[in-house]
Amino acid sequence: MTTKTVNTKARTRARNADKIATVIIVALALSIVVILLGLLGFILFRGLGHINWDFLTSKPQTIREGGGIGPPLFNSLYLLVLTMIITIPLGLGGGIYMSEYAKPGKITAFIRLVVEVLSSFPSIVIGLFGLLVFVNTMGMGFSLLAGALALTIFNLPLMVRITEQAFSSVPREQKEAGLALGLSKWKIITSIMLPVAIPSLVTGTILAAGRVFGEAAALLFTSGMTTPPLNFSDWNPLHPRSPLNPLRPAETLATHIWKVNSEGLAPDAIQIAAGASAVLVIMVLIFNLLARWGGRTLYRYMTASKRMN
Amino acid sequence: MEHSKVTPREAQRRRLPLEKHRLEDWIGKIYTSVCVVFLIAVIVSIVYFVTSKGVATFAVNGVSLTEFFFGTHWAPDAAEPSFGALPAITGSFLVTLLAALIASPLSIAAALFMTEIVPTFGKRILQPAIELLSGIPSVVYGFIGLTLIVPFLRDHVGGQGIGVGAGALVLSIMILPTITSVAADALASLPRGLREASYALGATRWQTIYRVVLPTVLPALLTGIVLGMARAFGEALAVQMVIGNAPYIPTSLLESASTLTSVITLGMGNTAMGSIQNNALWSMALVLMLMTFVFILIIRLLERRNRI
Repeated sequence: MTTKTVNTKARTRARNADKIATVIIVALALSIVVILLGLLGFILFRGLGHINWDFLTSKPQTIREGGGIGPPLFNSLYLLVLTMIITIPLGLGGGIYMSEYAKPGKITAFIRLVVEVLSSFPSIVIGLFGLLVFVNTMGMGFSLLAGALALTIFNLPLMVRITEQAFSSVPREQKEAGLALGLSKWKIITSIMLPVAIPSLVTGTILAAGRVFGEAAALLFTSGMTTPPLNFSDWNPLHPRSPLNPLRPAETLATHIWKVNSEGLAPDAIQIAAGASAVLVIMVLIFNLLARWGGRTLYRYMTASKRMN
Repeated sequence: MEHSKVTPREAQRRRLPLEKHRLEDWIGKIYTSVCVVFLIAVIVSIVYFVTSKGVATFAVNGVSLTEFFFGTHWAPDAAEPSFGALPAITGSFLVTLLAALIASPLSIAAALFMTEIVPTFGKRILQPAIELLSGIPSVVYGFIGLTLIVPFLRDHVGGQGIGVGAGALVLSIMILPTITSVAADALASLPRGLREASYALGATRWQTIYRVVLPTVLPALLTGIVLGMARAFGEALAVQMVIGNAPYIPTSLLESASTLTSVITLGMGNTAMGSIQNNALWSMALVLMLMTFVFILIIRLLERRNRI
């Protein structure tokens, strides 16, 4: 056998291996797309038929048929607002510190480790911590506030990272221009860098909100699994039956799905879970679209890309 | 001298902007530092509370470490209570490893597809699809497992459907996006010259991927897999819904089992704070927390390797 034929053989083999590998990789990648579309289709197909105005607004039933998801849906949204009110200022501060004030060294490395550890804690551990500290020790009971605080812990590392990234991607020249104008560092951060960072901050925050919206394990032990009868005409946050009262227990959409699936007694539990899951997925889709669209629109609005042209 | 003519009032006026300056900077520094201190306080108190409650089982209630970690009988409510957490620990590790085994090849293929084979389609279709997949809440995955995967396994594979296999499948879908995005980032950040050099030597695409690209990004791929495993290990509700929650060490993939998270989820509501049953559950939470540290340690070690 000459060297030439050996070479040709090796080359054909290599080419065949290349073809086979490509086919396998493409098939696996496409199977992921198929899985995703299948799952989305399955959830929406199973659930959409069950969603109507009555389902979205009426109260859940424990034993009888025909329960809705009105209060859980409201609780989820309200809890999200409460969480964001606590998380955003704290996360912004932490992220700005990491990006503008932290000097490379042991302390900064330690804070980075803290953020990493905090973001890797299982949400059930954070829920248990909330149960121990907020619910029992601080005496909040199962309440929206305890839930919001637990979700804050869950969300804070993400918010810090988003802020840090948004601020470090602001061009150096912007900062230097501010320094040249004789502004204080804090003034530069708040009035020059923050507006530039806002579009990516908004995108990140909305995506984080989507994650918070679907969280359940941390809420089982903090905001509880029940909702007291609510009086939706009473908007005084201090009244015990007011939906806005932060010290009442609240079952959210995600915990409701879990409860219905694992201990639901209603005969139509599966349909309710399907409908509620579809609502949850649609909300996540909306959050995703909003994040993309909102970030882009804000970027055009806040930067010179529109005024220059 | 010129500046000796400056009156005290004038001097104060000149100093004013500086004072405002200082005040602003002071506010900024204090505010951001308080946020960071809060962050540290949170983590310190989580570690403190979980550890002190978790250790109480052994220190106060006198359960032996051997019984907890190697005992195979979990019956905290029995007349003669026993606290063997081995079934739950085994279950947690089993579903985590299986999920990583299923998800890793798929994820790495998806990442290769996105970066090496069809970047345009990958970026436009696959990337948003994977981001979406990571946004779907875990209870929804649990619901999918319960209504899609469990009946499928029951009808086509055998057994009751619920069990280790169903849990691992649900978890593998959940950790797909984590591994894929880490892998895709690593692949995308490889210098172009590396691939071009390989092609210039006459290598095919697969040879380049297999011999040059994958070995180079191996630490990053492993980081992604460990991150995914960390997520799978701590996931509670989705697993609890499909694993069957039987307190035994499973002997087959179709058998019911339990994980640390599922035992905590189901048990915590039914025990009184401070009781031995409750403390045993906290010990499980402590194991979960320690495992998080182990995962982070592994990730750090891998990253160090990645840098060199």
